[in-house]
Amino acid sequence: MQLTSENLSCVRGGRQVFTGLNFGLSGGEALEVTGRNGAGKSSLLRMIAGLIRISDGRLALSGSDDDDASIGEQSHYLGHLDALKSSLSVGENLQFWGEFLGASRPAIQPALEAVDLAPLAGLPAAYLSAGQRRRLSIARLVVVRRPIWLLDEPTSALDVPSQKRLADLMRTHLAGGGMIVAAAHGPIGLERARELKLGPA
Amino acid sequence: MSAFTALLIRDMRISVRVGGGALMGALFFLIVVTMMPFAIGPDLALLARIGPAILWLGALLASLLALDRLFATDHDDGSLDLLMMGRMPLELAVAAKAIAHWLTTGLPLVIITPVLGIMLNVELGAMGWVSLTLLAGTPALTFIGLIGAALSVALRRGGLLLAVLVLPLTVPVLIFGVTAAKAAISGPDPFGPPFTILCALSLASLVLGPIAAAAALRHGLE
Repeated sequence: MQLTSENLSCVRGGRQVFTGLNFGLSGGEALEVTGRNGAGKSSLLRMIAGLIRISDGRLALSGSDDDDASIGEQSHYLGHLDALKSSLSVGENLQFWGEFLGASRPAIQPALEAVDLAPLAGLPAAYLSAGQRRRLSIARLVVVRRPIWLLDEPTSALDVPSQKRLADLMRTHLAGGGMIVAAAHGPIGLERARELKLGPA
Repeated sequence: MSAFTALLIRDMRISVRVGGGALMGALFFLIVVTMMPFAIGPDLALLARIGPAILWLGALLASLLALDRLFATDHDDGSLDLLMMGRMPLELAVAAKAIAHWLTTGLPLVIITPVLGIMLNVELGAMGWVSLTLLAGTPALTFIGLIGAALSVALRRGGLLLAVLVLPLTVPVLIFGVTAAKAAISGPDPFGPPFTILCALSLASLVLGPIAAAAALRHGLE
């Protein structure tokens, strides 16, 4: 499986964010996108997810199991926002995203254990701390299998043990042939990640 | 469970929980219709004559009341991004949200209408028919409002814009709804033709609403 970008450009609000971006990523590889604030890290992730239009250039995924699905439909997107509903419980939030994103019977319990939230399954999400909300979002990546993970500063708000757990989840994902594109300012805990530096904004 | 039912059940669950606003529309409807006889005075014949119009106007405003938050909450917490990345076409996701919204805010209006008829001096036998017109017409209000909700999603305080955009489009629904309800209560016009047109308006908006709303969402988020 191969994700290729050829000459990718992004224009946001009339401003050229980045231009002429080339990279290739195969199954089992991770790409760490770095750059200053406003360099277009989040825009790149949202572009791969299909949430903003490609201004110029090409983005292609070849050799995937499901050729009908778009790149966005084969990706998990972990953005700055947690996509959690405060009035639903931790378990209900995860159950919904599991079912919506394509698992007919999502395995909630193992996913909650993977992010160490299993004891809180019945608690309304409103009572979670920022780090716990982040962990619940991460559980979404585990509950439904999608080959591409798009992570926007995944370690923000996470404590050290949670960062380690996330790194373990990412390693398992890569070992299973998945890909990761992560925007980060610091190390995200992957030793063999390639770096893509977006130019000065 | 399919993605469609999962989304439907999630939205219904949220709206019946604390802060969800499921009964807000019904309560607003109740207040409008209750205050009306006090404003108009104890003229029973007049009340009976304008009763259907009051019920329909109340239902129209009540069903638009909670609509502006339909996509705005999902937009604010990032859920909308993920809804757009699902395997299910966005049109279906939007339709699921609209159906959930109608079941939690439109259907209660239909159910309490017979009780409110008493305040407007409408006989109980005819109230069933008036409820029927609301049952046939309120889906059109929700699905037309859906387009406005999608257009105003990224705006803060989009509620006013929503009303300005949507209310003119709901005029045909109001006209045929009130005509059908009047025919049911006092005659002499036949009930069938306006009621059939009302059903047609609902069915057409059921198809066009989600398509237009999904297009607006795709366009608006860029």
